[in-house]
Amino acid sequence: MKLTHIIPLISLSLTMAGYAAPESFDFKDPKGVNNAVFNLDAPLESVNGSASGISGTVSFDPENPGATSGKIVVATETMTVPNPMQKEHLHSANWLDVAKYPEITFETKSLANVKTDDNVTTADVTGTFTLHGVSKEITVPVKLTYLKDKLSARVPKMEGDLLVIRASFSINREDFDIQKGKFEDKVSPTVNLTLSIAGASPKQ
Amino acid sequence: MRRALRLLAALVILAAAIIWAATGGNRGWTKTSVPVKTLDQVTGIEGITYQPKFLPGVDFLGAAFAGGVFLAGVSFIFRKPKTNQPTNNH
Repeated sequence: MKLTHIIPLISLSLTMAGYAAPESFDFKDPKGVNNAVFNLDAPLESVNGSASGISGTVSFDPENPGATSGKIVVATETMTVPNPMQKEHLHSANWLDVAKYPEITFETKSLANVKTDDNVTTADVTGTFTLHGVSKEITVPVKLTYLKDKLSARVPKMEGDLLVIRASFSINREDFDIQKGKFEDKVSPTVNLTLSIAGASPKQ
Repeated sequence: MRRALRLLAALVILAAAIIWAATGGNRGWTKTSVPVKTLDQVTGIEGITYQPKFLPGVDFLGAAFAGGVFLAGVSFIFRKPKTNQPTNNH
C-alpha cells in the first residue's frame, strides 16, 4: 500500500477516535434504589407513594447530550402507598388496572434547550408517555448527570459509567382515562411525578 | 350486663385513643407500612423502601368510636335490674 493511501486512512482513524460513540445505559438497578415518586392531593392527606420496578435503556453521548434517546419503563404493579386499602384501589380495574396495563412508559422523541455544564446536562425532553393504555406526547424538564468510571463504586468489580436522570413533572389522570370526571373532590386530577434513576453502562 | 357493656365501650374508645396518641397521633389514614429513605452515596439518589409498621389514623379512631357507640347502644337492650321496692298493699 502506498504512503499516499496510508496517510488518509490514519487521519480518518484518528478523526473517528475523537468521536466517542453513544453509550447505552441500562436502568434495571441491581441496588433497587431507582424510584418514581407520585403524589396526589386529597382532602384529609395527600396520597404519596412510589414505584420501584424501573427498567429501560437510554443512549447517551457525553460529547453530544442533545442526541440522547431511550425508553424508561415502570412496572405498574410495583406502585405502592402505605395504606393497604388505597393500594388495593390504586391497582384495581377502576384506577390503574395493573393486570391489563402492566407498564407505564416514556419514550423520548426530541430534546430542546439542552445546556451542559461539566457533567450535568439539563434539557426539555419531549416524548410519548403511556399510562393506562393511553399515549400522549408530553415535554418534561430533565437533568442528566454523567458519572464517568463510577460504576465500580456502586457495583464492585464492574467497570463502567453511570447516568443519573432526574425529572419532576405533572400529568392529569383524566387525560389518561383514569376515573375521568369522577372523585375530583376526593383525589386531585393532577398527579405529580418525580423520577430519580441511575443507569449503568458497563465497559466490555 | 348493661354496666359491663358500657364499661367495655368506654374501654374500647379509650384504648384506641391511647394507641393513636402513643403512635404519634397520625391525622391521616391508617398505614401498615412506612417509607424509609436511604441515600445512595454514588448517585445521590434517595432510595425508598417500605417497612411494615402499624400507624393508626383517624379511620382507626372513627372505627373504635363507632364500635364503642355500638356496644353502648346494645347495652340498652338489656333491662335495668329490678330493685325490690316496698309496696303499699295492705
